[in-house]
Formats: sequence, C-alpha cells, structure tokens
Amino acid sequence: MTEEKQLSDGPVSSFEAILKEQANSLKIMVDSGDLSGAMSIISDLNETRDKTLYQEVGRLTRTLHESIRNFHIDTENSSTQEELSKIEDASDRLAYVVDMTNKAANKTLDLVEETMPYASEISSEAKLLKDDWSRLQRKEMKPEEFRSLTTKMGVFLGKLSSDADKVYQNLSEILLAQDFQDLTGQVINRVTGLVKDVEENLVNLVRMAGKVDLITGAVHEVEQQETGDEGEGPQMHADTRDDVVSGQDDVDDLLSSLGF
Amino acid sequence: MNKDMKILVVDDFSTMRRIIKNLLRDLGFSNTDEADDGNSALPMLQTGKYDFLVTDWNMPGMTGIELLKNVRADENLKTLPILMVTAEAKRDQIVAAAQAGVNGYVVKPFTAAVLKEKIEKIFERIDS
Repeated sequence: MTEEKQLSDGPVSSFEAILKEQANSLKIMVDSGDLSGAMSIISDLNETRDKTLYQEVGRLTRTLHESIRNFHIDTENSSTQEELSKIEDASDRLAYVVDMTNKAANKTLDLVEETMPYASEISSEAKLLKDDWSRLQRKEMKPEEFRSLTTKMGVFLGKLSSDADKVYQNLSEILLAQDFQDLTGQVINRVTGLVKDVEENLVNLVRMAGKVDLITGAVHEVEQQETGDEGEGPQMHADTRDDVVSGQDDVDDLLSSLGF
Repeated sequence: MNKDMKILVVDDFSTMRRIIKNLLRDLGFSNTDEADDGNSALPMLQTGKYDFLVTDWNMPGMTGIELLKNVRADENLKTLPILMVTAEAKRDQIVAAAQAGVNGYVVKPFTAAVLKEKIEKIFERIDS
C-alpha cells in the first residue's frame, strides 16, 4: 500500500514541481516580452498535465483489470473446481452462493417437514398406549382388552423401531445438507478479497482525482443520500451502534415507548 | 383468536415463507397463503379474504412498508392486523413502521416463541 501511494503521488508531485518551476519561467518570459517562449511553456504544461493524468488513470485501470482477472477459485475438490472454473465473475459467484444456500435450506425444510409427522404420530400413539397401560396397571382391564393391547403394543414397537430409523436417517441427511457452508465460505472469502482489492485501487483513483481537482480547480456538488422505504437488510455490529436495535427486546422497548 | 383465520405470508424468499408457514401451522393456523412481494400481495388482500397479514420489509417490487401504507390507505383493509417480520433493525425504520400503523414488529432472526407471543398480543388487543 505504501508503495502504491508513492507511485500514485509521484507523478502528481513532480507535476506540481514542474508547474511551480514553469510558472516562474512563464512570468519571467511574459515580463521580458518573450510571448512565443511563454506560449511554448503553456503548451508544455498542458502536455505534462495530460500525460500525468493518462499515466495514472492507465495504471489504475491496469491494476483493476489485474485484480479482477486474478480472481479465480482454487479448490482441492475436482468436481467443484470444474463447476467453479465455469463461473467467471463475482456476481456469478455470489449467485452460486445464493443457489447453494437456497438448495440447502429447501433440502433441510423438506426433511424437517417429512420428519415432523413421524414424531407427532409416535407421540399420539404412545399417549393412547400409555392410557391403556395405566388401566392395566390399575387392573381395570378385561382379558380381551389385554389381548388387543398386546397386539397394539407389538405393532407400535415395530413401527417405533422403523420410524426411529427413518428419523435418524433424515437427521443425518440434514447434517450433510450443511456442507454448503464450506464451499460458500470459500467463495465469499474470495469475493471479499476482490472487493478489498478494488476498494484499494478505487481509493488510489479517488486520491488521484482529488489531486486533479486541486490542479484544475474543479468543485463538485455532493449528492444527498435519500432514506426512504427501501429496506437495507441486516445491520452489522448492531451491539455497538445506537441507531440500530440489538434484538427483539430492544424492538419491544422502542415500541412500548411509542405507546404500543 | 380464531385458528381458522386466513393468513397471507409475504416474503421474497421462499424458504422464509416456508419457515413462517410451518411455525404458524405449529401454532394451529393452517389456513395460509403466500405472496412474494407487495405487488402480488395487494390484489390478493383486496379480495377481502384475509384476516391477518405477515410481511417482510425488504422485497423487490413493492416493499413491506409500502404494502403497509397501501393497506392502511384502503378503506376496506385499513383495520387488517399486520405483523412485520424483517431483518430491518434501524430504530428509524421501526418508528416509521409504527407510524404507518403496523400492529407488531419482529426482527429476524427470530424464534417460534417470539412469533407466538406477538401474534397473541395483536389479537388480545383486537379482541379486547
């Protein structure tokens, strides 16, 4: 970064030095009446300014281009690598993350929805049997009812065993459905790296543009950011910020202070 | 609180709609429909079939807060109970939703218990 800064400041500071030097020569020449000499210095000045600007913008464009081109994933997993190598830019990579997380969430939800009825059926059948069992313990059961209970108990135990296996199997599939975290984590880290590179280069570009503004005397109007109905999504570092609630309790406090 | 009431769940992410529908079913509400943003939700609501609206804030097309304002501006819908379930956590936004007439506000990530509590509170206030 320090090297970048020097490179970026270099041409501009030398331009400033040349500007000072040539301004002096210009004044001397105008004072002494050498107008053609003065014109030639003005044209030199323009040329120096344009060159400085083109050089710097060109260098930054190359750096940006390099940063983007260098952005590729190397993963040990060959099938994934093949899949990822087809994806060439950051937005595609992020779309891949959205797709992976979407698939994982849907798979998990499918399995949960499939598993829940097993749990509720086991629970309701066990409750019925428990009532019968209590009557047996209180010796309130007739022999034919007892025979029916043993049959029901046998069926229930068989069903319980296979249902529990099914529940276990679904739970381990849910476990496996979380494997996206590893892949999406790698992709997101790469995209974060690219964003940081681009930001660094943009900061250089902004610093360069600031110098150019200084030299050309340009003044820009700063646009006011509108805050409206557009949502902003999840807020980061909510616990250290005053303008953001840090959880449902905060929301409830705020709403009750408003008379809710 | 009528467990057969018709509920519209509005969120642009299908997984979140599924999660909310599942939680509502666990609470005994199984009469639910879905919409993926305000633009598709508003005409559904205008049929007058719905008793309760659960909506996200941040959606493409019409956002949840715009939907809320549209519902409150509609003579036939202005008393419809609305619960906002959203990741929007800025104090200004919560105040804006309250001023627009929201009946409850749940921030994501949320729990089944919080959802239950807020729904019960909304209908306690309406029934009393």
